[in-house]
Amino acid sequence: MKKDIILAGVGGQGILSIAAVIGIAAVESGRYLKQAEVHGMSQRGGAVESHLRISDKPVHSDLIPEGECDMILSVEPMEALRHLPFLAAEGWIVTSSNPFRNIEDYPVDEQIFAEIRKVRNHILLDAEKIAGEVGSRRVSNMVMLGAASVHLDLPAKKLEEAMETLFGRKGEDVVRMNIAALQAGRDAGKRV
Amino acid sequence: MYIFEQPSTELLMSKLVLLGDEAVAQGALDAGLSGVYAYPGTPSTEITEYIQRSGQARQRNVHADWSVNEKTALEAALGMSYAGKRSMACMKHVGLNVAADPFMNAALTGVSGGLLVVAADDPSMHSSQNEQDSRFYGKFAMIPVLEPSSQQEAYDLTRYGFGLSEKFRLPVMIRVTTRLAHSRSAVIRSAAREENSMALPANLRQFILLPALARKKFKLLLSTFEELEEEGKSSGLNRLEKGTGKKRGVIACGLAYNYYREVAEMHRLDDPVLKISQYPVHPELLRNFVNAVEEVFVLEEGYPLVEESLRGVLESRYVIRGRMDGALPRDGELNPSLVEKALGVREGQPVTVPEIVKDRPPALCNGCGHIDMFKALNEAIADYGPGRVFSDIGCYTLGALPPYNAINSCVDMGASVTMAKGAADAGMFPSVAVIGDSTFTHSGMTGLLDAVLEASPVTVIISDNSTTGMTGGQKSHATGRLVEICGGLGVEKEHVRVMIPLRKNHDKNVAIIREELAHQGVSVVISQRECIQMVRKKRVS
Repeated sequence: MKKDIILAGVGGQGILSIAAVIGIAAVESGRYLKQAEVHGMSQRGGAVESHLRISDKPVHSDLIPEGECDMILSVEPMEALRHLPFLAAEGWIVTSSNPFRNIEDYPVDEQIFAEIRKVRNHILLDAEKIAGEVGSRRVSNMVMLGAASVHLDLPAKKLEEAMETLFGRKGEDVVRMNIAALQAGRDAGKRV
Repeated sequence: MYIFEQPSTELLMSKLVLLGDEAVAQGALDAGLSGVYAYPGTPSTEITEYIQRSGQARQRNVHADWSVNEKTALEAALGMSYAGKRSMACMKHVGLNVAADPFMNAALTGVSGGLLVVAADDPSMHSSQNEQDSRFYGKFAMIPVLEPSSQQEAYDLTRYGFGLSEKFRLPVMIRVTTRLAHSRSAVIRSAAREENSMALPANLRQFILLPALARKKFKLLLSTFEELEEEGKSSGLNRLEKGTGKKRGVIACGLAYNYYREVAEMHRLDDPVLKISQYPVHPELLRNFVNAVEEVFVLEEGYPLVEESLRGVLESRYVIRGRMDGALPRDGELNPSLVEKALGVREGQPVTVPEIVKDRPPALCNGCGHIDMFKALNEAIADYGPGRVFSDIGCYTLGALPPYNAINSCVDMGASVTMAKGAADAGMFPSVAVIGDSTFTHSGMTGLLDAVLEASPVTVIISDNSTTGMTGGQKSHATGRLVEICGGLGVEKEHVRVMIPLRKNHDKNVAIIREELAHQGVSVVISQRECIQMVRKKRVS
């Protein structure tokens, strides 16, 4: 079993939280893990990514080779496309459809969606809407993780436990809302 | 957002999941560290932050407060070593330039307690002004350099490094690069060692580098060098991994080793590999390895240090491949795909990024005080024309980008003030410096004194957000002290102005800056409003 995942988004959108939840769940499931993050300058509203590698054998490289990535999991649709050279032929793009417009030449939404639909295995979700129904748009990232989890070889229970580990100190309500977002995302992901 | 906000939380019994930086920190703590000294700088910041959060460190009262800059940090670490204890100074690669004076000379004084200098390099300049390779500093100073290839090695080599430092009585460098510093993996700890107790050096003249003594110390350092090469052979950190291939050999340094192993597994390659994690490398190791194969690929993260030493300048019958013959790019960090291409095993057509995907550079946050400061400055200076604003290292460097286009330089910590003075000396008026509060106490204060001494017509805007913002919000030593510092350095009281960068104060702020720009002497405008990220963080907690 090997899963190479690129997490993508814009600085501040919470991709490191997604990485942390998957990372804890993977280690708790006895898997090997390497997870390269972006810190520093690009966290200020720039494009950010994290390479997350999970395997039942030791992982060598901290970075995923081009063409070998099993999934691009993005909380922003244009950012999902930025990493296409890494995606394997049968790989998945799982992305939110909610654009984050902080640049002037941001493309038209439909152009972005058309490019995403060119990838056979894709999930395009209005994560903000689903997150809003659960309680807060701030958990959009966990909606996307839920949708992605359908194609990740990690039990939902392990992901929920990881959320408790990660968010436990912020109180029960925060944990509950994140888990609800995960489940709503998972349901939406299954319907695609 | 970290997996473990409390590093003492152990997920698996003896196993932690740590960033490379955190593995260095935990390794140091378990090696009996008594103090870490550092100034924040990507990608080194998380080493010190980990120790600051560590229950183990708190319990032992390990020193972990931030220093004012890398030079003061390394000197303090050397002082702790003088007193017999194990200490560590951490910095980003360009921070070592600031600390270069104590660094070079500590190789001559030697150490008493073990001393590690951790240099975190940033190839590809993710968050830096250059991509200099700190291994050259290690070579320059003639001290051992350890270069881990994994998080586990970061832990193990840090522990080994302290012993090595005390064995040879020399400072030891740990060199990491961004991808290891900021990548997480499992690390298995070993039993913690106790701290050294305080003890004066056996020879009380050891640290006196008077010329007559320094000459002896340098001869001693030179004579130690061969022993360091031997140590690198016997430690097992530079090891030959046999392969069935006879044609090609691969020398893989530090992190580059992982990329080779990744590619080798994908394409079932079985080349002999010389894995290097310790410098200096014994010449015999290199010679024997190169002689056993027809061609050698040298994979190094950073500059071609080993490759250059193999090539030399004379005609040679050896085939050396690497960054210097174009097999790999001369600049930027390595990755598995570049190694695949270099070894000629890359298959398939590369997929390109769709054209509609646009660059998304970093930007100042909504509500950031730097924005209001730049808007006021731009308006105040408009009459004089563009090109008169020097700046510095920090979030406010983003003022170089549209829509502000407000600054004309970003060179090194503190350079805004001194460059403004030099340009003023050349007759440029007005001459402006924009510098952050933490950068000002790091290296701006001395330059301001230069300007005061000659009453140079410069205007220094200290954009004070009361934190070290770009690296994630560490304590700024300037907080609450700027007016006194500037006054103490001799800036006239009526030309130390304070403004609050808010939209409602815009006209007032433009007027303040205008007045000070017109002043024919040194003036300082302190633009003071807390970092919006820190305000939010406080609100959440």
